[in-house]
Amino acid sequence: MAAGIRSPHTLLDIKGLRTQFGSGRNPVNAVQGIDLQIGAGEILGLVGESGSGKSVLALSILRLIQSPGRIIGGSILFDGKDVLAMSNRELSGWRGRDIGIIFQQPQSCLNPVRRIGWQVAEPLRQQEKLSRKAAWDKAVTLLRSVGIPAPEEKALAYPHQLSGGQAQRVMIAVALALRPRLLIADEPTTALDVTIQAQILELLRDSCRDFGTSLMLVTHDLGVVARLADRVAVMYAGRIVEEGPVAPMLTAPSHPYARGLLDAAPRLGQMGGLRLRDIPGSIPDLSQPMPGCAFAPRCELRANLGLSACLGELPPFIPISEHHAARCWALPQADGIYSTPMTMGTRA
Amino acid sequence: MSLPPLLDVNGLHVRYPIRKGLFGGVVGHVSAVDGVSLTLNRGETLGLVGESGCGKSTLGRTVIALQKPSAGNVRFRNQDLFALSAAELKQQRRFAQLIFQNPRACFDPRRTVGSSVRMGLDIQELLDPSEREEAVAEIFRKVGLRPEHRFRYPHELSGGQLQRIGIARALILKPSLIVCDEPVSALDVSVQAQILNLLSDLKAEFELALLFVSHNLAVVEYIADRVAVMYYGRIVEMASTHALFSSPRHPYTRALLAAVPTMDIARRDDPVPRLGDPPDPANLPTGCRFRNRCPLAFARCAEAEPLLVTAEDGHGVACWAAESASIDAGPMTAAALNG
Repeated sequence: MAAGIRSPHTLLDIKGLRTQFGSGRNPVNAVQGIDLQIGAGEILGLVGESGSGKSVLALSILRLIQSPGRIIGGSILFDGKDVLAMSNRELSGWRGRDIGIIFQQPQSCLNPVRRIGWQVAEPLRQQEKLSRKAAWDKAVTLLRSVGIPAPEEKALAYPHQLSGGQAQRVMIAVALALRPRLLIADEPTTALDVTIQAQILELLRDSCRDFGTSLMLVTHDLGVVARLADRVAVMYAGRIVEEGPVAPMLTAPSHPYARGLLDAAPRLGQMGGLRLRDIPGSIPDLSQPMPGCAFAPRCELRANLGLSACLGELPPFIPISEHHAARCWALPQADGIYSTPMTMGTRA
Repeated sequence: MSLPPLLDVNGLHVRYPIRKGLFGGVVGHVSAVDGVSLTLNRGETLGLVGESGCGKSTLGRTVIALQKPSAGNVRFRNQDLFALSAAELKQQRRFAQLIFQNPRACFDPRRTVGSSVRMGLDIQELLDPSEREEAVAEIFRKVGLRPEHRFRYPHELSGGQLQRIGIARALILKPSLIVCDEPVSALDVSVQAQILNLLSDLKAEFELALLFVSHNLAVVEYIADRVAVMYYGRIVEMASTHALFSSPRHPYTRALLAAVPTMDIARRDDPVPRLGDPPDPANLPTGCRFRNRCPLAFARCAEAEPLLVTAEDGHGVACWAAESASIDAGPMTAAALNG
């Protein structure tokens, strides 16, 4: 699918999702009303810094939020089916078969005392009721397809005998074993070295293309997003602040936070003598009420334009183009605000 | 040669024993640092890059005498660090400080951060005790915090604020060298930029030399004057930042650079370098230790290990192929790397 064009078939449809942690007087509102769709075969990059709620959103979709956390509102439809209404029995069938997950630390997700071949074979045995032999053979095939060398022998290995990159390949094999329709990958390459990262990203992209799997790629790294995503959503303080096709999101984002993220990361070969633009301040406390835009206290644009609405009222999504919108009060009057590239002053 | 360098590392080796079995018998060694020589001048920043396990952190810790080498020596401010008495070493420690990756893990949770920062002054008995509190307040301002922050405990501060305090703790002793071991890797990108800018301001203001250890090539390019690339205990390439990033000569450096994801979506489908899996550090290949992953390897690479040879332009590389000039000096594409 070409970048930025939504598939006509919506696989995942989230509306008004809210997830809260803790009770008492000041619960933490980790996810505060998220609307998000993922089309069949689409790769969505979900970008945000720590504390933005991106992992909580991913776990909420899988119904893996544990007490004291709970989903307190909204709906999640997976191919028209209400995920929030599923029984535990339905959930365990749905996970693995229709939806798979890959976490950041593969070594901590694999069972240390079972051979990796059996860990890949297990979902095949449980869900497809394959015989031991058939499941094992299919596991070896899967290990080969994710690029594990000598898979017949490696299937007999235990997780501690694998490198980090190999362990992540095994996780991908487990997640893809049943050809789920949606794969959620939460920082899948953050713990890996850059040479291994490049190969794992390529593997994820090719697997999704081959099987028509949709991918929700949760990451803090815009470079990773640039490599894979069709569409990008940027989260800040529990909300999506901007969403659009990958090209404009990475070249001309409209929300000052999305812009700030882009300018704050040093880029190879492009920094000669320039100074990085940092974002002053830090993320807000999500247990305190925030009537307005959560980014307003750090926002230079608000300060420059002298906007009064930002602190008082939550901005709605303001359309920029057909599939591109941002939550920012400055947008209606923002024509040309970024006409001079915001990027970097000269270095002291 | 006018002034001697601030730091002069010569033929440094650090070997760790591999122990196995019930009684922990030594069954082999891993050479985390395997014959490294480098120099660092006052006010200069040397970036040290490489993948996990390549020995870059061990090297950083050894040059400030937190780890004993198995061979080789380190001259710092014209003194052989490992020939000093304990008292003399303590005096030198003041001038060489360390900033860690995870600021949360390196502060005592039961002390206020101000007292952690002050501790260096107390131990080194610098300043009059009555002046120390004012010095702490002053250094907090210097790193962009309010003096009142010094009465807080680590859990009351964000990661970025704590890393500023980590810098303050190093800076308060007026060191001439700071080893920064992945100082921004645990931070979010917006905070990472704050800390990088702070470090680059401070190094100019205090004429600090930095040994900046990182796996993040873009960060190193931003902060460093010179860069050394490490591969399993050896420096395989060392040059000025501009030369290293614009015309890398070692195939490993080229692969590292080609693997960094670019923000340029026009190039998103470019093939990525295939280096294969890293070797077992206890059992490196003979000859050049990179040869089993190297697209350019030829017979000679298995026979003898290439040494770091510095060309007239100051660009050092340890590679037989680069030395015989069989590759041109332009940036290499991933396609060429894959053969």
